[in-house]
Amino acid sequence: MWRKNIILFSFVVILTIFPLIFLQDADFDGADGKAEEAITDIAVSYEPWFHAIWEPPSGEVESLLFVLQAIIGAGFIGYFIGFMRGRSKNSKVDS
Amino acid sequence: MKSFTSKLFYFGIALLFIPQQAYAMHIMEGFLPPGWAIFWFLLSLPFLFIGLRSIQQTVKEHPESKMLLGLSGAFAFVLSALKIPSVTGSSSHPTGIGLGTILFGPFIMSVMGSIVLLFQTLLLAHGGLTTLGANIFSMAIVGPFIAYGIFKGATKIGASFSVAVFLAAMLGDIGTYIMTSFQLAIAFPSEVGSFFASFQKFSGIFALTQIPLAVSEGILTVIVMNFLQLYNKRELTALNILKVKEN
Repeated sequence: MWRKNIILFSFVVILTIFPLIFLQDADFDGADGKAEEAITDIAVSYEPWFHAIWEPPSGEVESLLFVLQAIIGAGFIGYFIGFMRGRSKNSKVDS
Repeated sequence: MKSFTSKLFYFGIALLFIPQQAYAMHIMEGFLPPGWAIFWFLLSLPFLFIGLRSIQQTVKEHPESKMLLGLSGAFAFVLSALKIPSVTGSSSHPTGIGLGTILFGPFIMSVMGSIVLLFQTLLLAHGGLTTLGANIFSMAIVGPFIAYGIFKGATKIGASFSVAVFLAAMLGDIGTYIMTSFQLAIAFPSEVGSFFASFQKFSGIFALTQIPLAVSEGILTVIVMNFLQLYNKRELTALNILKVKEN
């Protein structure tokens, strides 16, 4: 299982790195920014009628909060993996 | 030469007026007209209601699956925090909805996906409160239902478990962004070419960017399932995901 997963994971890494290597001059902006441009293209007079109540003051703070989101998720996944491996070890000892 | 400087001038003007917003792959705050915003909210509500009941029921019937419920939410949390560069030269993030959908069905992920979206809206100014209904509908309802349908269909025609998981997670992910493009296109039909021209434009932005990310999401979901097949066989069998094999 671990070997198979490592091979699978390396595919994900390759898929992620590929655009970075082959599209040297792309800016990799968020797709949302481009959608905004498209909207203002189509509906020139459209004004967003509501604005975010709170926005992260800077890109740094924003990335901090993104990391926080990832940590919450990854932290639990790590706990889950450890817990389940421990459980299966114990049940082997018991039987 | 003159045309070049005037182009530059217009470009500068355009930059001034395009708000520099955070990168969100969901529909941005205030970017859906109020009528549509309300429409998608109302459409999403019944799914959330059924989803909440479904979570209660699952916890009652399969108390041993609480850890797996947590894992489903955690997986969606991580994946939707990863902004990954794509072949179109822009970045987007996966949804992480497929795993929980396969484990617990589509309704439960409607709730989980909504929690993720709410977190991103309030803390990251990502997506928006007014567009929350539309974003819930695309990521937490359409995504899971496509994933669920594909998983059931693929298993039925005899695809292996891993292939079915991969296809379900991948197509659920792409489906979400096709839905997003659809939502934007009906709210903003282009003057020339109306809905279809707009849809083409938005799906070029969202769905195309999403394809390699969706493949990544499919693979990551298979990786987690491989682990579960080894360590959580009992729970998977109880949830009727793995058929009991005679040894």
